[in-house]
Amino acid sequence: MAKITLAGVRHSYGSTRDDRADWALQHLDETWEDGGAYALLGPSGCGKTTLLNIVSGLLRPTEGRVLFDDRDVTDQPPDQRHIAQVFQFPVIYDTMTVHDNLAFPLRNRGVDETRVKARVREIADMLELTDMLGRRARGLTADGKQKISLGRGLVREDVNIVMFDEPLTVIDPHLKWQLRSKLKELHQRVGLTMVYVTHDQTEALTFAEQVMVMNEGQVVQIGTPVDLFECPQHTFVGHFIGSPGMNVLPCTLEGGKAVVEGHAIPIANPVTSAAGRLEIGVRPEFIDLADRGAETGVPVEILKVSDAGRYRVVHTCLNGFVIKALVSEGVEIPADGARLALAPEKTRLYADGWLVPDGGTP
Amino acid sequence: MPLDLKGVSKQVGGETHIYPTDLTLEPGVFNILLGTTGAGKTTLMQLMAGLERPTAGEVWFGGVNVTGMPVQKRNVSMVHQQFINYPNMSVFENIASPLRVARMPKAEIKARVERMADLLKLTPLLGRRPSELSGGQQQRCAMARALVKDASLVLLDEPLANLDFKLREELRDELPRLFADRDCVVVYATTEPVEALLLGGNTATVFQGRVAQFGPTGEVYRRPGTLTSAQVFSEPPINTAPVTKDGATIRLGEHTDWTAPPPIQALPDGAYVFGIRPHHVTLAPDGTHPVAIDGMVLVTELSGSESVVHFRLGADDGAAPWVSQSHGIHAVPVGQVARLHMDVAQGLYFEPDGARIAA
Repeated sequence: MAKITLAGVRHSYGSTRDDRADWALQHLDETWEDGGAYALLGPSGCGKTTLLNIVSGLLRPTEGRVLFDDRDVTDQPPDQRHIAQVFQFPVIYDTMTVHDNLAFPLRNRGVDETRVKARVREIADMLELTDMLGRRARGLTADGKQKISLGRGLVREDVNIVMFDEPLTVIDPHLKWQLRSKLKELHQRVGLTMVYVTHDQTEALTFAEQVMVMNEGQVVQIGTPVDLFECPQHTFVGHFIGSPGMNVLPCTLEGGKAVVEGHAIPIANPVTSAAGRLEIGVRPEFIDLADRGAETGVPVEILKVSDAGRYRVVHTCLNGFVIKALVSEGVEIPADGARLALAPEKTRLYADGWLVPDGGTP
Repeated sequence: MPLDLKGVSKQVGGETHIYPTDLTLEPGVFNILLGTTGAGKTTLMQLMAGLERPTAGEVWFGGVNVTGMPVQKRNVSMVHQQFINYPNMSVFENIASPLRVARMPKAEIKARVERMADLLKLTPLLGRRPSELSGGQQQRCAMARALVKDASLVLLDEPLANLDFKLREELRDELPRLFADRDCVVVYATTEPVEALLLGGNTATVFQGRVAQFGPTGEVYRRPGTLTSAQVFSEPPINTAPVTKDGATIRLGEHTDWTAPPPIQALPDGAYVFGIRPHHVTLAPDGTHPVAIDGMVLVTELSGSESVVHFRLGADDGAAPWVSQSHGIHAVPVGQVARLHMDVAQGLYFEPDGARIAA
């Protein structure tokens, strides 16, 4: 196990490096603590796989250093880094038994056979694979195979870090629930440093203690799931996390309040002035719906109501801008128009996408 | 024109893939096939399209028996999970290809492609090759090609499964709008209950080669006909436990009981099955009829806005753990007993054979 440090890491795949767009990874200074659970979350092409390959040694960063504890491993090849990786599709040997699949990474390293047996048993136990140890892997279901892949990733005790690259993408939803909670439980039990790469916010938020949200080659925010949900530092984070994402509406600033389409809206960040493209951000969870006769609130039309079971998503419209609000199961929704009340402590001002700091910008 | 499956079944070798199925799918509304991988959704679609011939039963379309009529003669469009485009054609040519095959006049082809591109936000990309597009754009291109001709049957087989989470959300919003003014039967297969709910329309829950239930999506979700249908339509999985009815009282385990709703009270005493969805089992009392229940906490998952607790009701007897889903962040220590609250007014009651009892 190790603490992983990325110091001034940048990466470019091409030969020209003049433009921002030439950098697949813009600039990264980050430390992953020993034994922590981290997630890299972002859309396809955001740079998360590039970063993973830099940590595993498949890629050498164009600039910067990679440290495991205090050792510089920037020039070390992957096989010397002691890393375990689990991929989107199961990587197992069909003709081997489940036991031999799990034992493979240990035997490969010349681990003593009695230790191999004990460790395989332990991992099989945690993953509820004990009954299948004698079976060939060929006949197993997709999730059974992926469980073995997870087991192979976790079986070695001498790894510096375990990296999961979209490990549950191909798994059906109801099995995803089981495997996800299994993984979380395993982290709590084995105490290895784990990094989980995904585009799925639910997986990232439930697995990790710290989530790094990436977009266009840069880390936009690092924080706990609660930080990311409650206080997005960038409108991208607000949009990407949460389903549906945060509502973002263009506004102006007058007397410390945001003005959206002529309606003054109180905001949480105390701001007297701000420069750049101004927007307010507020999550659908923090908007209350009142009927159109209410005395306060922003008057809107109702476009559509989608039933998600335990809540409904109400799509409303203010002069062409769509604002979504979440309403719990069983609460009545006015039929024609409505007024929206935006929770002032959860509504924030953003300039050029970034959260405006208290006091504002000159 | 509706699509009718009349007693359609499919056997391959000695194995039954689809048991005799009756289903009427109407135009103008999304028809969703919801079920896990391997449940039979794709086979059902292939039978509807004429890509597979039923072993028994008939397929009718608009009052005409089309059983055995090949897919080429049926005016069907299909979109698969793995999107397929012609790599050496531009996006425009890809979308136009079915219209060229149908020998449509050039001006009309142009108008139709442009309209479809506009709806699917592909207009700036019409000159590009598929390889220059992102995954989401490629799938939108494949979808545009499937929708550009006036097919009378459109089959969408997990079309969003390979896309990024956020793109999926966006397209899910757009999709029903694409069909709003078209007179065709739309069938959409998914493994995700929330996706089925958000798309609305009608849903068939499919399990092990059988349609468990078919009806308006919200209805099937809230009033499942059987335990199987409820299980197919719950994410996270619905919690279930054997209960005993004794007069007006329902007992779950040794320490939990509550008063049964009147229709249940009227049933004979004995063993039943109780089911309750995770969001009706919460850390703080919620709803109209909260009943406390204690559980041994196995795992807690805290997302940004909610807490999910996996717990065991009694001794580890091999039964699936229960799941509770609450608003807000509540750190519950693992390995200890926690008190949870079921809103039993939201619970479902089943006969031991799985049939739901209306309560």
